Amino acid sequence: MKSAIPKTVVVPPGHRRVGMEDSHAAALAVRQCNVDVVAAYPITPQTHIVEKLAEMVANGELDAEFVPVESEHSAMTVCVGAEAAGARTFTCTSSQGLILMSEVVYITSAMRLPCVMVLANRSLSGPLSIWCDHSDVMSIRDCGWIQTFAENGQEVYDLVFHAYRVAEMADVQTPVILNVDGFYLTHVVESLLVADQEVVDRYLPPYRPRHSLHPDRPVTMGAYGVPDLFTETKKAQDEALRATYPHIVRAWQEWGDLTGRHYHPVETYRTEGARVLLFTMGSIGQTAMVAVDTLREQGLPVGLVKLRLWRPFPHEDLRRAVAGAEHLLVLDRAVSFGGPGGPVASEVRSALYGQVDAPVVHDFIVGLAGRDVAVPDFEAMVREVLARKTAPRHEDYVIYGARE
Amino acid sequence: MKKPASLKDRATPFRQAHELGWRDFEPGFVLTEVASSRHYHTGDWRSKRPVWDTSRCIQCGVCWIYCPDAAVRRRPDGFFEADYDYCKGCGICARECVTQCIEMKDER
Repeated sequence: MKSAIPKTVVVPPGHRRVGMEDSHAAALAVRQCNVDVVAAYPITPQTHIVEKLAEMVANGELDAEFVPVESEHSAMTVCVGAEAAGARTFTCTSSQGLILMSEVVYITSAMRLPCVMVLANRSLSGPLSIWCDHSDVMSIRDCGWIQTFAENGQEVYDLVFHAYRVAEMADVQTPVILNVDGFYLTHVVESLLVADQEVVDRYLPPYRPRHSLHPDRPVTMGAYGVPDLFTETKKAQDEALRATYPHIVRAWQEWGDLTGRHYHPVETYRTEGARVLLFTMGSIGQTAMVAVDTLREQGLPVGLVKLRLWRPFPHEDLRRAVAGAEHLLVLDRAVSFGGPGGPVASEVRSALYGQVDAPVVHDFIVGLAGRDVAVPDFEAMVREVLARKTAPRHEDYVIYGARE
Repeated sequence: MKKPASLKDRATPFRQAHELGWRDFEPGFVLTEVASSRHYHTGDWRSKRPVWDTSRCIQCGVCWIYCPDAAVRRRPDGFFEADYDYCKGCGICARECVTQCIEMKDER
């Protein structure tokens, strides 16, 4: 598998190249998806996305209801109601906003309402922080939404279309969270390929809900689940989320066929012959690629594995991607206090448990509240891993760079 | 995709809930049968049942008004009775009865 980063500046057919802030690219993609309802509450670092959408609605560029709710709990609730009525909806939040809306986040997926959320990743307080890490998304890890990660502005833009395409498929009907690193992505201006509306229209069909609230076709949504049924409803929900995997891959394939930009649940960079593999999610993968190039120049056999699909977790793709490596250096951007290491490393260790010749997993918690993880940091971590005389236990982890 | 069976296909979803498998639901547990809660016989929660002494009943209808579950109904002869499929035995009717003609009797 090759990196999704475009190496050339050739503009493919049906596209134009523009300089644009990634937040505005997200808003533009949402507009091109022609959503019916946007309900969101502004919170740093998500603000520019919501502001831009409000502007588009006010200017008549987007024919949608923009509901200026009084909280994130209400934002998610408005989306649930609008989805139930058959509307294509969008919401967007960060950090504290996400945990305020989390009650309804779980309900949205249980009701199989295909809302799309862009989550501008930011640390959870406290202490108060506005900067990027993944503690917010990890707090709702088990919420039952499809969860993807973007690495750069182009991916933010492209993955919005993918999110709607997948979420609304008849066999999927599951909401999608697109994780976008706060500031690293939301506040940078990048050179992006923007698709013509005609390309988007070929990719994303109109939303046809299986059920919607209408007086002529009464249904009950959000019914009480008696104990005799509840277990079966949860089994159904879990099976449904697991069954989304081939549709997620197919929707990426379709986008790749249309645009030439291909995405995969797990992506790799220079893994051939690598003894040490870095493992990242989100924007840190960009720096990691530079680090891999630098370390390879020094003669160190290092490669990179990047997880794009967090839920449903791509166990098989992961096992394939790391096969043959001796060490897997997992970079977590959240702490599981008192637990078995960072949330990503825990998942990776579970996926590899009992596998013959699986690499040793080394868990480094990095980049909390936007602390820089630069090329020399990757180099230091790789050298530390190679210098370790004994393999870490399953539950060991390092909070990298924490001063004594 | 095989169309999942709807709750509609079941005569009494609550009583037969234990017979439903996880494939039997609409996605998102959407219920397509109108007023399916009728199948949920909450009367089996009851530990005491209201019983009317019609010799003292003045047919005022206070029991019917106060019942929080609309489980009191008027008989053709003008007196009132409980629909024991849904009466939870809360005793509000007995408490409010003007002539105290409703007795809460233990279920056995």
